[in-house]
This record gives sequence, C-alpha cells and structure tokens, in this order.
Amino acid sequence: MAREQWGSRVGFILAAVGSAVGLGNIWGFPYRAFSNGGGAFFIPYLFALLTAGIPIMILELAMGQKNQGAAPLTFAKLNRKWEWLGWMQTFISFVIAVYYVAIIGWAIAYSYFSFSQAWGEDTKGFLFGNYLGVTSSQFELGGLQLGVLVPLIIAWIVIYAALRGGVKKGIEFANKIFMPLLALFLVIIAIRGVTLPGASQGLNFLFKPDFSRIFDFNVWTAAYGQIFFSLSICFAIMITYSSYLPKKTDIVNNGFMVSLLNCSFSLLAGFAVFGVLGFMAQSQGVGVQDVAAGGVGLAFVVFPKAISMMPFAPGFFGFLFFTCLVFAGLSSAISINEAVLSGFMDKFSVSRKRAVNVYCVIAFVVSLLFATGAGLLILDVVDHFIMQIAIVFAGLIEVIMVAWFFNLDSIKDHINPMSEFKVGAWWDFMLKIVTPLVLGYMGVNQLISDLTTNYGEYTTSAIVVFGWLVVLGTLVLGLTMQFIGWKDEKLLSPNVLNSQS
Amino acid sequence: MSGSAIAMMIFAMLVLWGGSAYCISIAMKNKGI
Repeated sequence: MAREQWGSRVGFILAAVGSAVGLGNIWGFPYRAFSNGGGAFFIPYLFALLTAGIPIMILELAMGQKNQGAAPLTFAKLNRKWEWLGWMQTFISFVIAVYYVAIIGWAIAYSYFSFSQAWGEDTKGFLFGNYLGVTSSQFELGGLQLGVLVPLIIAWIVIYAALRGGVKKGIEFANKIFMPLLALFLVIIAIRGVTLPGASQGLNFLFKPDFSRIFDFNVWTAAYGQIFFSLSICFAIMITYSSYLPKKTDIVNNGFMVSLLNCSFSLLAGFAVFGVLGFMAQSQGVGVQDVAAGGVGLAFVVFPKAISMMPFAPGFFGFLFFTCLVFAGLSSAISINEAVLSGFMDKFSVSRKRAVNVYCVIAFVVSLLFATGAGLLILDVVDHFIMQIAIVFAGLIEVIMVAWFFNLDSIKDHINPMSEFKVGAWWDFMLKIVTPLVLGYMGVNQLISDLTTNYGEYTTSAIVVFGWLVVLGTLVLGLTMQFIGWKDEKLLSPNVLNSQS
Repeated sequence: MSGSAIAMMIFAMLVLWGGSAYCISIAMKNKGI
C-alpha cells in the first residue's frame, strides 16, 4: 500500500502552518519584539526569516518529500550513518509532546474559567496555588492535580482521534477546523484589543523602533531564536509532514507560504496582546512596560487580570483568547506526535492503528508527570534544555551534515523544475555559511551559560536529572535506534517509496 | 502612536501579510491550491 498523502495542497499548508503556529507565536513573539527594540526588532526578525528560517524550511520540505519518509528514514536514505540524527530529533519531539499537552490542558481549563473569571483578583496565586498546586521542588510530585488531569485527558483524546484518522481524514481534517477558527478568533481579539481605551499606547510600545538596538548582537540572537524555534524546523516535523506530499509538488513556494503565514500569525497576535496590555496599563495607571510579560506569565497571569478588567463581555473574550491557545497548541501537538509516530511506523512497518494505540498510551502515561504538583517546575527545566540545547545542536548538525557533506545540487535539481520560485546560490550560501554560524553561536553561548549557572536557580540535581539527562537521553536513544534493523530494508533504497498500511 | 511606530507597523504588515498574500496568489494562479 502506498504511503499516505495529503488530500490537497491547501490541506498540507494548513497542517504545516498549524504545526508552526503554536503557543510561542501568541505568548512569545510579541514580548520578544517589545523587549528587543520594538519596531526595530522587525528588521533582524525579517532578516533571520530570509537567511535561516525559509532556507531550512525549504531544505526540510525537500528532504522529506524527496525521500518519502519520516526523519529517521530520510536521514538514513541520505546516508546510513546519519539515521541517529533523525531518531534524536524524533525523541526530542517525544519529549516536547509529553509536556506540551499539559499546557494545552491548562488552556482548556482556563477557557472554562473565563466565563466566571474563576482566577479572582490574585491571578498569580490562583495559577501557582489553587490550580497547579505547585510544590517546592521537582522531586516533590505532590500527586495528580485533577484540574490539570481532566483537560489533559481531553487534549489527548483529540490528538488520538486526529492521529488515528490518518493524514487526510485525521490530521488534515483537524487542521481544516482549527486553523480557520484560530485565525478568526485572533482577528476578533485583535480588533477588540486595538479598540480598547489605551490600546494605542500598547501598540506604540510594540512598534516604536529603537534603532540603537540594531547594533546589539543579543537582539539579532533573539531574532534568530524566535524564527528558529517558531517554524517547527529541526525536530523531525516538517520532514515528516512533507513526506506525505505527492511526487510533484512546489516545495519552494510551500516553504515561503508556511514561513510567512507563521510570522503573519505572530504579528496578528502582537496586535491582540499589546492592544490588551495597553488597555490594562491605562486602567491601572502604570506604564506598558510594568504589565508586559511573556510565556506562561503573560497567558495565565497577566491576561486573566486584563480580561477581568474588560468593560464588555470579559468572559467571552477570555474564552476566545484561551481557545486560541488550545487550537494553536493542538495543531502543533498533533504534528509533534505524528513526527514520532511516523518514525516508528517506518522503522517497524507497523500499521497506523496499532502504532497509534501503543504510542498514545505510552505518551499519555509519561505526560501524567506534568499533571502533578511538580509539573510546572519539571516542564520549565525540560523545556529550556530541549529547546535551547537539544534542538539547536540537532539543527546545527543537520545543516552542517546536509549542506557540507551532501550534494545540495541534487536537492535543487529535484525541487526547482516543479517550483514557481527557484533556489540558487543564495540558498547554498545561507545553509552552508549563515545558518551554521548563527546556530553555532547560539548553541555554544547557551551551552556555556547553562554549564556555568543553574537555569532558573533550580538545584543542580534538578538541572542534571530533568535537563542534561533528558538531552543526553535523546542522543543515546537516537544512537541506539541506529543499531536496530529495519523491518523492511527495501525502504532504504533511494528510489523505493515507503509503504505504510 | 508615534509616526515611527506607525511606519514600522505598516512595514511589518506589508512584508508579512503582503508577502503571504503574494505567495498564495502565485500558487493559485500557477499550480492551484
């Protein structure tokens, strides 16, 4: 039986954009822009998109589509010795999958809380105390939190249904619902946000350029980081999704569309977030910089407070905001889990039905760790090390291996004839020189920082167990998988299409 | 909002939203979407 395929090009685009647009687009980009030069941040941001984001996106889409396999099979087909890198990226995806679903669970719970604004006046105390029941350390689990467990199960049911349905009837179908709704809800919140009193003050903080920051190297690192972590590249996802594309596909324009649409969502989220923050600052009589935040703090502490202050239908707009997080999170979570699942389906030639059943049970059980009182503390460490160390080095090795030790011309010869835009020398230069330099700088800098200081001032034992050992685990498991044989060795032949039943 | 903020806002919108729209229009015109 032939490898599964997307039902349409628009189905693939929606799924790939759904994968790229995640929680980071909503809670990460606006704050990162604000704290790195405001409007001036857009210059390094767009530069990073053109010099690293889009070139890597095109590379991964081409690799997956050409080799018709998930990351391990794709790397094994490029060179049998590189299979471990595909597995390392696959295990990185597994780690992200099991904690990401917990945050989706929080957003589901907060969508419900919105109607009564159950968080009250002290939103921080509510989140860390009443809701998450955060313990004093990563090693004090504190039991399962029912308020987290129930939405976690709901999120897993949706993910299971999408994966079980397959590429066309499950993943594509889910994204055809989630992505239009996400866009619609974000537009509604953005319109509401920019029409609130004080919104222009918030937008001024987001867009007012501080051009002196252009010469700050850290701003450029932040821009490359935002692009790199936001596009779902270098951890097996885009390779897997593009492996379901037909033999003749416009890879280059697909890469441009997915990357630009992802950043367009970020910009839209910026309007929504900073419009509301401007209103909140004016209502409290403080500066926007005093209320601005990013990450979990923005979504679950600052935003609930802002929602409670809204003059009209706060429950409705709160519900829309947290549902946006749920849709953005679920579409990404589906892709992350599919990247893992597809790798194992290729390797062991197992049916989707059987693979999904076994995989989802294992992943669900592991994810329960993040529904305990220590869940947030563990998540914080795991997320930092997986994102800042594991993905950066997996990406660095990928671009060096493929750009320097593999014939890029053969990929160009494959994608250019069927693409509207052609890739040429600029693409080679970005992949061979710019991207390795930037990723290398980011990775080494972060490595030194994490080796000399404990992230988040957590204990060394917590950093070792949930940080370094998790990163090391993805590498060791990746190397181990290389020594396990393929059930169907014919898949590794360059011209044999992968089959899945 | 200051003039420079408005200018950067329009610049970002043009590049990102305009760029997306342009790529989609090319895809629709040439190969279908």
